[in-house]
Amino acid sequence: MQWFNAVVQGLLLGGLYALFATGLSLMFGVMRIVNLAHGDLAVVASFLALALVGGTGLPLWVVIVVTVPLFAVLGYLTQRVLLQGSLSSGPLATLLVTFGLSIVLQNVLLEIFSADTRTLDGGSFATSSFQLAGSVTVGWLPLVTFLLACAVLAGIQVFLTRTGLGRMLRASSDDRETANLVGADSRHVYGVATAIAFATVALAGLMFAVRSSFDPATGPSRLIFAFEAVVIGGLGSLWGTLLGGIVLGVTQSLGSQIDPAMTLLAGHLVFLAVLAFRPQGLLAGRTT
Amino acid sequence: MSLLSIRDLTVHHGLLRAVDGVSLELERGEVLAVIGANGAGKSTLLRALAGLNAPTSGTVHLAGRDITRSPAHQRVSAGIALVPEGRRLFRSLTVEENLLTGTYRKRSGPWTLQRVYELFPWMTERRRQNAAQLSGGEQQAVAIGRALLTNPDLLLVDELSLGLAPVIVRRIYETLPEIVAAGTTALVVEQDVSQALRVADRVHCLLEGRSVLAGRPADLTAEQVEHAYFGIGDLTQDGKD
Amino acid sequence: MSLSQLLTERAAAAVDVRRAARTSKASGGALLAVVVLLAALPYVVFSDITDTLVNFYVLVALASMWNLLAGFGGLVSVGQQAFVGIGAYSVIALADLGVQPYLAVPLAALTCVVFAVPTSWLAFRLRGDYFAVGTWVIAEVYRLLVVRVDALGGASGKGLAGLSGLDPALRGALTYWVALALTLATVGGCYLLLRGRVGLSLMAVRDEETAASAAGIDVTRAKRIVYLVSAAGTGAAGGVITISSLSVNPDAIFNVQWSAYMIFIVVIGGIGFVEGPLLGAVVFFALQQLLADYGSWYLVLLGAVGIAAARWLPGGLWGLVRDRTGLSLFPVGYYVRDPGHAR
Ligand SMILES: Nc1ncnc2c1ncn2[C@@H]1O[C@H](COP(=O)(O)OP(=O)(O)OP(=O)(O)O)[C@@H](O)[C@H]1O
Ligand SMILES: [Mg+2]
Repeated sequence: MQWFNAVVQGLLLGGLYALFATGLSLMFGVMRIVNLAHGDLAVVASFLALALVGGTGLPLWVVIVVTVPLFAVLGYLTQRVLLQGSLSSGPLATLLVTFGLSIVLQNVLLEIFSADTRTLDGGSFATSSFQLAGSVTVGWLPLVTFLLACAVLAGIQVFLTRTGLGRMLRASSDDRETANLVGADSRHVYGVATAIAFATVALAGLMFAVRSSFDPATGPSRLIFAFEAVVIGGLGSLWGTLLGGIVLGVTQSLGSQIDPAMTLLAGHLVFLAVLAFRPQGLLAGRTT
Repeated sequence: MSLLSIRDLTVHHGLLRAVDGVSLELERGEVLAVIGANGAGKSTLLRALAGLNAPTSGTVHLAGRDITRSPAHQRVSAGIALVPEGRRLFRSLTVEENLLTGTYRKRSGPWTLQRVYELFPWMTERRRQNAAQLSGGEQQAVAIGRALLTNPDLLLVDELSLGLAPVIVRRIYETLPEIVAAGTTALVVEQDVSQALRVADRVHCLLEGRSVLAGRPADLTAEQVEHAYFGIGDLTQDGKD
Repeated sequence: MSLSQLLTERAAAAVDVRRAARTSKASGGALLAVVVLLAALPYVVFSDITDTLVNFYVLVALASMWNLLAGFGGLVSVGQQAFVGIGAYSVIALADLGVQPYLAVPLAALTCVVFAVPTSWLAFRLRGDYFAVGTWVIAEVYRLLVVRVDALGGASGKGLAGLSGLDPALRGALTYWVALALTLATVGGCYLLLRGRVGLSLMAVRDEETAASAAGIDVTRAKRIVYLVSAAGTGAAGGVITISSLSVNPDAIFNVQWSAYMIFIVVIGGIGFVEGPLLGAVVFFALQQLLADYGSWYLVLLGAVGIAAARWLPGGLWGLVRDRTGLSLFPVGYYVRDPGHAR
């Protein structure tokens, strides 16, 4: 029963990992950018929410509703101002720009908020839970985050397949030049992709912040989770990312069941195993 | 006023002058074929017209509007569509999704998804199939349909016959009159000279980036065309319009 | 004579293709003088200066190794801290076994090669940008494995045995010389490696990977050699860090910050030039010393400068210098000079 419990908890966590990893996957898929500041952006969102809650006393849900669109706008601007120019200089330049951004964000947070560990108070809702079966207790918060993550992924999926702009995102990912030939303005398409990535990162960052503690240096380890989820699931597939996130979440949860110090290591080892034996990922080859 | 007016267009690939001072005019409703040997600069000319390669000098006007410096996506709105060399369908999209990308700019005109399905009836059944699974000729048809759905005034087609069986090429060319009748002007690049002479109102021959021969198929002798194509003899009096 | 031969000859006649720029002989002499001067420093200056220089040398060595990897091998890694850590811990472990710590430094380089072989086998499965994060994950795995070994001090790290009997002044001087030797070996090693066959293959790969492999160049082999050499140099640098700080902490030694330092030094100095890391390390060091009182703001500035360099100055500072003066201290490429107009 203990093991079953671990699987359930891991599954719920995995949904969050998937939501968090979607932005990384999307930015890579559409622009071939690996955003090394991905994890730090989530932490920035967490600190922003912390400051907003502390400064204005607004309820958390209002803060979330404000932060997520704000990040979408920030994402669009970041792409147009910072990333677009480096795209033509090749993959090294974009990698360096995002890595530089990561270092800048981490250290600015450190200077403003100090290295103290924080959590975002989710109120009584964050700690309440219900009995699923026997000894398996499911927290409302993990369940709601999981459902929200799935809903957002489904929404992105609908956007990508049913709308003209979404189709153009996928088309640009296949062949940018030909997408230009049917009328896509790459800068706008890329801006939209980055906006979606930033919005999902912010949402995931806020959910992480309610679930577990964070500090200015948390970003890189979060980035690694997202990266592992993407690689395990297979590049360029939204459902692959969901599967990858769940595999990672369940593995970590089972690992911690064996020995709490094994949590991260177990996840990394599954990642390395996938890399060694199935480098294309579990769901590779399918498109969204 | 001509639909397309190119003056002294020069395009470089690095140090190479791929298109060298080409001028040409294209009237509405015409079919112009550009012929020339491999590496003559035909694709470069079309890519420059579509906005993928920036010209070094010269001008391009579409219906009187200077579009020399517009990016590719704005030229789609202005009414230019290119069927690129090698078809270049979006591999991860279905046939129908590939076609629908053409409607992104929502330019008004005669072409709708329905109309394209009427032009190529086989597509209806296979519209949910992945574009990468089609044969070369089928892909070419989808690429043409995709370009038509942008509702262009000027359709540029680069090497329609590349890698296709003659019977397929003929079948696709049979749709050309219908496309032109719908109000579209066409500029096609063709390796197959006899095919080009058959379908075009006028032909234009490029040699090492320069335009060496232009005229109506009926007015040109086979020898003239052959000389221009292979660069034999003195060409200067034929060329340059 | 084939057409292509004819064309090649005609092209070669029109321009002047040369390998070593004229400056290289003169700069060789000057470099030797500088090295002698630096080696004599422990006799003339106070130990705080040589201690500071040890840190500087380590940065130069680390950055040179990253430059070799990314600038010449095209392998952009964010996981070189793996080898900093393995090198550092190797010195600790070897000293525990009774090996003289200074001698353990070159052995640490060897240990890193041993670890780099399976690491490359995994990491090379990731293409392009994903290689960067993949190597980072692998570095994390090494850290998590090391903290599980009690003999290595677990999560709290461990002190270095075997140097306590030494006179502090002598120890300082020896550490300084080892660090200087490390820098000379890494910079010189890059230079020699790149002038040889491997260098030629890498240049070809850098220009056009598909064409190079079609021309019979074993791309993966060349890259693997670069990866192993870079691991060795980085590991030796990790070893020097240990003998200079006398202890090791897993979180600090396996920190991604090391990669950040390497990357920004190289990018600011000039990626793909042997001189780049030297110049970049000077700038980095100056920045670090100047902003020492402002906490981590120097990292913010460093990140911003790195972004700016990546965005607007792809050749870094050395690229700027070379474009202006044509100067080259360590010429490793073929430079084509058009006699018609001087650059
Ligand atoms: N991207 C490029 N970079 C460098 N040179 C190019 C590039 N594309 C074409 N060229 C060169 O420009 C010249 C014209 O090429 P272009 O593709 O326009 O010829 P083409 O007439 O379409 O030939 P083909 O009939 O073989 O398609 C050729 O010499 C070609 O080698
Ligand atoms: Mg062509």
